[in-house]
Amino acid sequence: MSVSAWTYLFVGLSFSLYLGIAWRSRVRDTRGFFVAGRGVPAMANGMATAADWMSAASFISMAGLISMMGYAGGVYLMGWTGGYVLLALLLAPYLRKFGKFTVPDFIGDRYDSNIARVVAVLCAVFISFVYVAGQMRGVGVVFSRFLEVDINVGVVIGMAIVFVYATLGGMKGITWTQVAQYWVLITAFLVPAIAISIRLTGHALPQVGMGAELLDSASGGSVYLLDKLNQIHADLGFASYTDAFASERWNRLNVGLTALALMVGTAGLPHVLVRFYTVKNVKAARWSAFWALFFISMLYLTAPATAAFARYYMIDSLQGQSRQELPAWFESWEQTGLIAWFDDGDNRLRYSAGEDNEVFRSGSMAAARMQALATSHQRWLDGASGEDARPELREAGLSGPDRDIIVLATPEMAGLSAWIIALMAAGGLAAALSTASGLLLVVSSSVAHDLYYRIINPQASEARRLAVGRATIGLAVVVAGIFGIYPPGFVAEVVAFAFGLAAASFFPALVLGIFSRRVGTVPAVSGMVVGIGFTAAYIIGNRFFGMPAWCFGISAQAIGSVGMLLNFAVALLLVPFCKPPGPSVQQLIDRIREPEGSGPGVDIEIAPGQ
Amino acid sequence: MKDSVAARYWRTNLKIMAVLLLIWAVAGFGLGIIGAPALNEIRLGGFPLGFWFAQQGSIIVFVLLIGIYAALMNRVDDRHHRELQEERSGEAGK
Repeated sequence: MSVSAWTYLFVGLSFSLYLGIAWRSRVRDTRGFFVAGRGVPAMANGMATAADWMSAASFISMAGLISMMGYAGGVYLMGWTGGYVLLALLLAPYLRKFGKFTVPDFIGDRYDSNIARVVAVLCAVFISFVYVAGQMRGVGVVFSRFLEVDINVGVVIGMAIVFVYATLGGMKGITWTQVAQYWVLITAFLVPAIAISIRLTGHALPQVGMGAELLDSASGGSVYLLDKLNQIHADLGFASYTDAFASERWNRLNVGLTALALMVGTAGLPHVLVRFYTVKNVKAARWSAFWALFFISMLYLTAPATAAFARYYMIDSLQGQSRQELPAWFESWEQTGLIAWFDDGDNRLRYSAGEDNEVFRSGSMAAARMQALATSHQRWLDGASGEDARPELREAGLSGPDRDIIVLATPEMAGLSAWIIALMAAGGLAAALSTASGLLLVVSSSVAHDLYYRIINPQASEARRLAVGRATIGLAVVVAGIFGIYPPGFVAEVVAFAFGLAAASFFPALVLGIFSRRVGTVPAVSGMVVGIGFTAAYIIGNRFFGMPAWCFGISAQAIGSVGMLLNFAVALLLVPFCKPPGPSVQQLIDRIREPEGSGPGVDIEIAPGQ
Repeated sequence: MKDSVAARYWRTNLKIMAVLLLIWAVAGFGLGIIGAPALNEIRLGGFPLGFWFAQQGSIIVFVLLIGIYAALMNRVDDRHHRELQEERSGEAGK
């Protein structure tokens, strides 16, 4: 069977599994729709949280990012896992005890203010839409790369699938689908990693193989993989792979603050927080946080190993080869524009950090322009009137292969058979769809519950609220799909924005709300507004208007940390001048701190279809 | 009387949290970032130690921390539950 036949088979099977689960767990009331009836066991919720959290970017792009960044790639690994410690210790048990539906619910009730509630709703909706646009695009990209259908057709297929299971099953359908999606995506990630580890080092555990000696080293003696990689990097003029703070951009301050911003942002992301409302009780919320990070660490501990293996293997198998000697995978990925070779005339591929580099990617450059460059370059090589395309590509910042190739081409690099490559497609789709559905639910619950029921129409009946919930999620899917088809050209910037905002808005408001009795409405809302305002102004100014990084050279990705500190500082400074929260809020604080007597989970919804 | 049981529970909770968060900060920021260049001088098999902490060790520590927190706090919850019950039965016996 060919790769595309296997891919259709796997994608078809996994999609019917998701739809089957959705049908079996369809819901009839708002509790099931927004929080899965609060009956999800800790381990299953952990798995769902892991799938929810690991997006198309984690699956497809992260290992490639680490591969290009070396040590500094650790900020993503630490940032996106360390946040769970904050989440588990500072937020999850208390939010479960609070026991309402959404994050804006908590902010609105704790600070006793509809202004706070609306600010929280706006943040939740904005953060979720920013994220979901990337996921829908990811679905389209996976379809187009593996099945050679148009990106937009892929987006529409993804929209249709999410639409069906999210409107049918709400949080409950999404939860059980995410459990299935976790297994699809983790299998797809681990199998190629293990295979390439065995091939290069003889160790089945990639985490061990990464620190082991290479099996067949050209020099004859035994050389550690990482030492060899450092040596190759030094020879080609790249920064050292394992040395800390090897580049100016990733100095100590920026590495530290970026990691912190990602951690705090993770702990403040509404689609992750809302998952802890779905478990049975406070104890289950704690274990659920443990299982979530445990399942996430399966991928996050493997990604740096894949990164190092693929980096070594890619350079080793391409460097100095002639067109005829290149491995087959090079050609198949060359067609996608993820990697391109512009020879200098000696028919020997050279990849380096210098001006003699011949490996590029098409990146954001228009396909027609890329084609024109290739034609003109070929004429130049033939001695005719064309022009060397390399300076222009270098100027455009397109040196080196696209980072996505690291994960996408690993199965082929490891010489795995066609069905594993197809499994990668199903895994990438699982990662994108699971995250998209979780985010869409946040949008829906924020609008239908917080905005419609709590503010606009508190008399709404159960049936009406469910209908509004379904309608918003449907509308949100369509809007997300449109973003996927016409992506704003600045998705990467906007994701940094989402983390910065979550870090600067939700995290301080939630932590102060739980751990301080004295922070009332005015300090909390002022803190949020200052935190968001500062972070937004800095990122927008820095990324879109060429404002220099005036704040100690802190990059836009890292500024959320400063925004968070400002939020805390403003809130705490205002406390002595403002009225402390009233007796009803004091009672609420006592209640969330007390582990006894949390609301019961609903028995009938412990498992789908029961 | 009831207040002091709740207050004792909250103090234990804060203590456990503070210790675990300290370990979190040391493992992530201390060993993985601030101390990374120094630790890179030490080798763990093929790994420079600072690099290992940034890409592997810190994540393992994070997982363990949440596991320890869940196990410890759930036990503290049980004790708190017993104390509350004793207190209630004590009041009922008066």
